[in-house]
Amino acid sequence: MSEIADPSALGCPSGLAPASTDAAGDFSGFVRVKNNLQTLTLSVRGAKCGGCISKIETAVSALPGVEQARMNLSNGKLFIAWSGDTTARHIADTVSGLGYGVSAFSEDQSAKQAKSEERALLISMGIAAFALANIMLLSVSVWGGHGEMGDQTRVALHAISGLIAFPVLLFSGRHFFQSAFAALKNYSANMDVPISLALSLAFGVSVWETATGGAHAYFDACMMLLFFLLTGRFLDARLRRQAHAAAHDLAALQNRSVNLVRADGTIDAVQADAIQPGDTILLAAGERSVVDLTISEGHSDIDESMVTGESLPRTIAAGETLYAGSVNLDHPLRGQAMRTASDSLLADIARTLEAGEQKRARYRQIADKAVALYVPFVHTTAALAFLGWILLGATVHTAILVAVSTLIITCPCALALAAPVAQVVASGRLFKNGVYLRSGDALERFAEIDHIVLDKTGTLTLGTPQLVQGPAETLPLAAQLARISRHPLSRAIVNAAGPGPVAQQARERPGLGIEGQIDGTICRLGSAEWVGLDAAPGSDGPNLWFVAGDDVPVQFRFEDQLRADASETLDALRQSGLSVEILSGDTEPAVRKTANALHVDTWRAKVSPQGKADRLEALNGSGKHVLMVGDGLNDAGALSIAHASLAPGGAMDVSQSASDAVYSGGLSGIRTVLMVSKRARSVMLQNFGLAAAYNFIAVPIAVTGNVTPLIAAIAMSASSLVVTLNALRLNGGET
Amino acid sequence: MSIIIYLIPVALCLGLLGLAAFLWSVSTDQYDDLDGAAHRILTGEDTPL
Repeated sequence: MSEIADPSALGCPSGLAPASTDAAGDFSGFVRVKNNLQTLTLSVRGAKCGGCISKIETAVSALPGVEQARMNLSNGKLFIAWSGDTTARHIADTVSGLGYGVSAFSEDQSAKQAKSEERALLISMGIAAFALANIMLLSVSVWGGHGEMGDQTRVALHAISGLIAFPVLLFSGRHFFQSAFAALKNYSANMDVPISLALSLAFGVSVWETATGGAHAYFDACMMLLFFLLTGRFLDARLRRQAHAAAHDLAALQNRSVNLVRADGTIDAVQADAIQPGDTILLAAGERSVVDLTISEGHSDIDESMVTGESLPRTIAAGETLYAGSVNLDHPLRGQAMRTASDSLLADIARTLEAGEQKRARYRQIADKAVALYVPFVHTTAALAFLGWILLGATVHTAILVAVSTLIITCPCALALAAPVAQVVASGRLFKNGVYLRSGDALERFAEIDHIVLDKTGTLTLGTPQLVQGPAETLPLAAQLARISRHPLSRAIVNAAGPGPVAQQARERPGLGIEGQIDGTICRLGSAEWVGLDAAPGSDGPNLWFVAGDDVPVQFRFEDQLRADASETLDALRQSGLSVEILSGDTEPAVRKTANALHVDTWRAKVSPQGKADRLEALNGSGKHVLMVGDGLNDAGALSIAHASLAPGGAMDVSQSASDAVYSGGLSGIRTVLMVSKRARSVMLQNFGLAAAYNFIAVPIAVTGNVTPLIAAIAMSASSLVVTLNALRLNGGET
Repeated sequence: MSIIIYLIPVALCLGLLGLAAFLWSVSTDQYDDLDGAAHRILTGEDTPL
């Protein structure tokens, strides 16, 4: 590396996401070739604003042979098409050089399915909207011409409406019919059964009325039902797909080629799945391993922060074990694969998370509870109305009409929209505040939180060492050496010193330090041993020594500092009646210091990942609704067990995947999530209240036989509008 | 009133035109990146008129 860009110019220009310092892997195994054109889709982490689009697209388009580079900001995918000699590695390095995390993206089957389902719903919705608008146009003339319009004209208008409605009902309604049919085949009933019943009865009665020259046809009501129900379902599908895509990004971490060393010494780039135990693998500097390795050759520093949560690197040599997820920092390593990629530690953790998510899926949402109350109520009411009218001496025809109109008017448009609309508005609001919600029902769980458990390193603190003490006049010299290294302490020095030149002939020795020439003098930066000191005096906490020629060595000291808004956020959380606890894997003095500074009484140090999970289980068992906030891989288990969980934007991808939401821009994000969730839940409850109130008014009108198509249309659209407008209130108010 | 024999098909055709435009926009992935499109208008390449 000859020059290092200004660190502040890396990553998202708006500062919505932290810059990534991960080096890109080799993705040549994911390139597709078609008609001499090579295409690759990369998953880019940290691109959050318009500046990111132009930065990434401009840089990639400038590479030789690139014909198309298009960044999708919504899902963070970068599509590249190119011809010629440019390699996938070169492209990935270009993007990661800008400060973004990069992994190869290959769409899995379920993601494709979710996407096509969402698209089918959108198309069905558009077609239902077309039918609704055109039938409404005809219906308005029927209502307007009431008493004046001739019978034949009315029947003709009804017939045209029916002709429009029929194919649309079959096409757009298939989502409900198919699901209802599947449920009935298993002798069970779901929400789609009453919906299908209401749709087909509304259509059937209208056809009957049109054929017999009756006054009322409900084609418009039928289409309106269809449109609103599809809207609710589409919003729901969209939220679920976004949640799934976020989880899928974890798997993308393994999507990189591995350098396999063949028996004859040649090196092949293969996909991780192809690795068998015993294969020899070359791990280049800056590369993240996807399988567990026994090192056979080489000597290098490795960053295990993703595996252990330990922020300082460790030196590794032949014979030692390197776990999947570790990053090789400076020198190439060779090793034998111990397991296949799918048996490696990273895959194990991914499986634990899946188990946690399944457990969480059993959470009963407010909407499910509302539906369980609603279905028997409506069907009983309709049946009683039918019996009542028969007993009062009405004809079967009248009784059926009353029962059907009861089913139509009570069909849950508002109910179908109540929760999804509130969830969509709330997640949009959170998105604007830098919080990315991964599932809609998480909002309800966030709203129930009464206890917060926080990790220390990386969550309450910055997670990377910061330079706290050192001679200012030596700093620029030390930085000249530090610029060639990926070691976290070197990076801290570079961050403090800013951009500048690099020492000549600088070389890094794993576990010791860096040596180079500055103005003709040999300088060294590294451990006490490296600069010629026997013992390291006063070496509490991480430190580095710098020596120029025969001068006296000077010391730089580092500390992991508290985030600026940590104290303020915790005070505010306590004031709103929540209890706070710190659960850390770090040493006791470090945790005590943090806890005292933040006035937290309950804290535990030296907790293992399993210990964290056990503590969460214990808290769950005592009936508390716990919010877990953590960033390391050692928090992932606890995150997936907690009632609700949050990860900071700089967290390990695994932890982000285990969490319900990811926040960026400081700890105040926690307060925003809790506040918006509480409001979203109350809006959802209000919406269900409004839907219930609507039925309270509509049912008596229907049961007494006073529902005309006009009343049905006004009542249904009014209830849906009220629910939507109420949800939009979530956008207002203070943050 | 016989004018509606023409007007209703005309109205339906206009509606179908709108529907076709919508289906075209869905099938050409125009709703895939709503956030990006909002930013692109500001950062698009500046070619002189």
